[in-house]
Amino acid sequence: MPPTPAPPATGQLTPLVEMIDVDKAFPGVRALSRARFELHAGEVHALMGENGAGKSTLMKILSGVYSRDAGEVRLDGQPVEIASPRQAQDMGIGIIHQELALMRDLTAAQNIFIGREPRRFGLLDEAALNRDTQAIFDSMNLKLSPTVRVETLTIARQQMVEIAKALSYRSRVLIMDEPTAALNDAEIAELFTIINRLKAEGVGIVYISHKMDEIKRISDRVTVMRDGEYVGTVPAADTPIETIISMMVGRTLTNEALNIPNTASAPVALEVRNLNRGREIRDVSLTVRKGEILGLAGLMGAGRTEVARAIFGADPRDSGEIWVNGKRVGISSPKDAVRAGIGYLSEDRKHFGLATGLDVRNNIALASLERFVGPGGVINDGAMHDVAEKYIRQLSIKTPSDTQEARLLSGGNQQKVVIAKWLLRDCDILIFDEPTRGIDVGAKAEIYKLLNALAEQGRAIIVISSELPEILRLSHRIAVMCEGRLTGTLPGGSSQEDIMRLATLRPSAVADINTERSSA
Amino acid sequence: MTDTAAPATKSGIRISGAFHRLLAFSGLIALVVVFSLASPNFMQTQNVLAILQATSVNGVLAIAATLVIITGGIDLSVGTLMTFCAVITGVVLTYLGLPLPLGIVASILAGTGCGLVSGTIIAKLKVPPFIATLGMMLILKGLSLVISGTKPIYFNDTPGFNQIALGSWVGTIFPAVPLPNGVLILFVVALLAAFVLGKTALGRYTFALGSNEEAVRLSGVNIDRWKIAVYATAGGICGVAGLLIASRLNSAQPALGQGYELDAIAAVVIGGTSLSGGRGTVIGTLIGALIISVLANGLRILSVPQEWQTVVTGLIIILAVYADILRRRTL
Repeated sequence: MPPTPAPPATGQLTPLVEMIDVDKAFPGVRALSRARFELHAGEVHALMGENGAGKSTLMKILSGVYSRDAGEVRLDGQPVEIASPRQAQDMGIGIIHQELALMRDLTAAQNIFIGREPRRFGLLDEAALNRDTQAIFDSMNLKLSPTVRVETLTIARQQMVEIAKALSYRSRVLIMDEPTAALNDAEIAELFTIINRLKAEGVGIVYISHKMDEIKRISDRVTVMRDGEYVGTVPAADTPIETIISMMVGRTLTNEALNIPNTASAPVALEVRNLNRGREIRDVSLTVRKGEILGLAGLMGAGRTEVARAIFGADPRDSGEIWVNGKRVGISSPKDAVRAGIGYLSEDRKHFGLATGLDVRNNIALASLERFVGPGGVINDGAMHDVAEKYIRQLSIKTPSDTQEARLLSGGNQQKVVIAKWLLRDCDILIFDEPTRGIDVGAKAEIYKLLNALAEQGRAIIVISSELPEILRLSHRIAVMCEGRLTGTLPGGSSQEDIMRLATLRPSAVADINTERSSA
Repeated sequence: MTDTAAPATKSGIRISGAFHRLLAFSGLIALVVVFSLASPNFMQTQNVLAILQATSVNGVLAIAATLVIITGGIDLSVGTLMTFCAVITGVVLTYLGLPLPLGIVASILAGTGCGLVSGTIIAKLKVPPFIATLGMMLILKGLSLVISGTKPIYFNDTPGFNQIALGSWVGTIFPAVPLPNGVLILFVVALLAAFVLGKTALGRYTFALGSNEEAVRLSGVNIDRWKIAVYATAGGICGVAGLLIASRLNSAQPALGQGYELDAIAAVVIGGTSLSGGRGTVIGTLIGALIISVLANGLRILSVPQEWQTVVTGLIIILAVYADILRRRTL
């Protein structure tokens, strides 16, 4: 793919920001290699690429969170060193992080002006603080009290506070890392209004997103990255979506044939009936048959993880029944779930899935330790070693030995260790929550292969994923959730559009879209 | 965009937050009522003043601990730092024979300086607060013994020193209210600390650090500097506690101090400050400290052996934190 230089969005000669041949390595990972980026004033420049392509790393360098190993950063044509977030702010570079960086115990206004509190006679001037915040909210047309504590806000509203914070810096460069991930259509429309206003004021905006329709709607140019490298920059309006996608994946997408086995006659392994938990889960019912992979799709906050945790007994449920292999089981704790043969692989391996300080062998045996306890309560290390070796071979876990500390393994191999743990515990129902989060592209394919193999062996599998391509690639059936409800079930191989339609299916969203259209 | 969910949740938190403050406070009231019914001596002015006087040292230390705990840290060295400051005061006043105001300044400066050291070890060397202040606790205990030659330093040559805690400036103005100076100082320290927490940048960053340190860093705030400042401030407050205890005993007792940090932390926790940081109040800590001394005093009046007082204090700590957990669950 030859990098096609696109004409700058405006007639200016000197770009606002230039990043040239930027390198960055983390221990064991080359995150960026000769990465490039250019931003003009008054331009919305989309930065695209698959997970792990290096978009966020590049922008963290621009905003002073990381330092670069090599390369050059220029602001208004002048080479600059951006050593800290503070320096970036002083230079007029603001960033809205993908993971919300808010202080939950503080109010919205206190969050927005952290580090720059207005003072009177050396003391904090809360009145001015709240007044200034109100002014920003007003300019955003946001109905929110400056004195509300952030922890009481929904994710979408917390995101709005983040945006207000970035606006308050009067930034000339505004980096938005997946700003719409948790927003509904009406909120996205609000955001785009704000972006267009900033653009008219000459602010340069870097827009990181996976959503093609948004990119088309809002951005002037698109820069694509792959595996930490610069691929090319194209004008957003004139470039077909297919071209951008093939730049991202490095090949024309051949639809790898999804082989959907006929499981209609297979016995039902897991059935969930009328599951309820507060506002998070509302009357969710679903079934998974032996040998089937059920994809659970939905936007952030739709309640997918909550359903998984409730099935697994990690959170109490208000009502609902769980049936395993045709028998109703009482699950009130993970212990009960494991006994019923249900294994849950958390999206946050480091926190919940893996004892990172223990070695591979002990991690695999963790859920089945009693099997290895010999006479006198002494653990039979030999037996444990044999079993660990068996799974290391079977799942091709790349580790020097079974006594390697689990934290030293790569993400993909850590995931395999967790899978081995549940297999050893005879769990035939496996719930994978974001199984490839933080795993590089090569290892992803291997995890997919492994999940398919597990299904072929007759295990029932639920896969939760925020990445639609992943859902589409794996699922034999797709259940879609929105705001705690199951809004529909689709056959495998359905289109992304069908899933998105169900994922945003709610009375409020429909109304929002209609008002947006009629006002447009 | 309209706000639908937020107001309900917001008021929910307000109510239960008030409820929890009320819980500690009503616990205190309940204790007072029970003890006054059980013994006519309990509500005697002399006894009430004795309770307040007994609260003063632990109260001041607990306020110092509150600041640190709101940042999500912990300070195990407050007790021995207090003793160290008392010993330093003894050196300045008794060994060197310098005038009283210099002794006061020396105590507070010594406390601030040690807090500065703890804070620097925690912020710059990234040693966890528990370990850093555990080390400081032992270092200061040892230094106090070394400097004093393991013997108490008496303040007999400094007339008026014992008036710092035991005199009553209020009583000389209003003879009807013979409030000991120690209690007055506790209240002043509490007011100042509440003011710092609520009205100054230091206070804002104290809460912000405990709430989400990484977010504060990403906002371009020099978090090391503010963290050090919090520990230094807490150290200075320990210096005040050092003056109070030395004045009450009219001597610096180098072997004293260890164990005080746990009473201080107990008061903080009973007062509703979260050990995970981000939230807490000075008034809560004051109530917590009062609960501990009312309990000790009341049980003593009822002739309950001191061993049992300790058991009851332990129970109260667990109950207070459990009440907090129940509160969070209902959010």
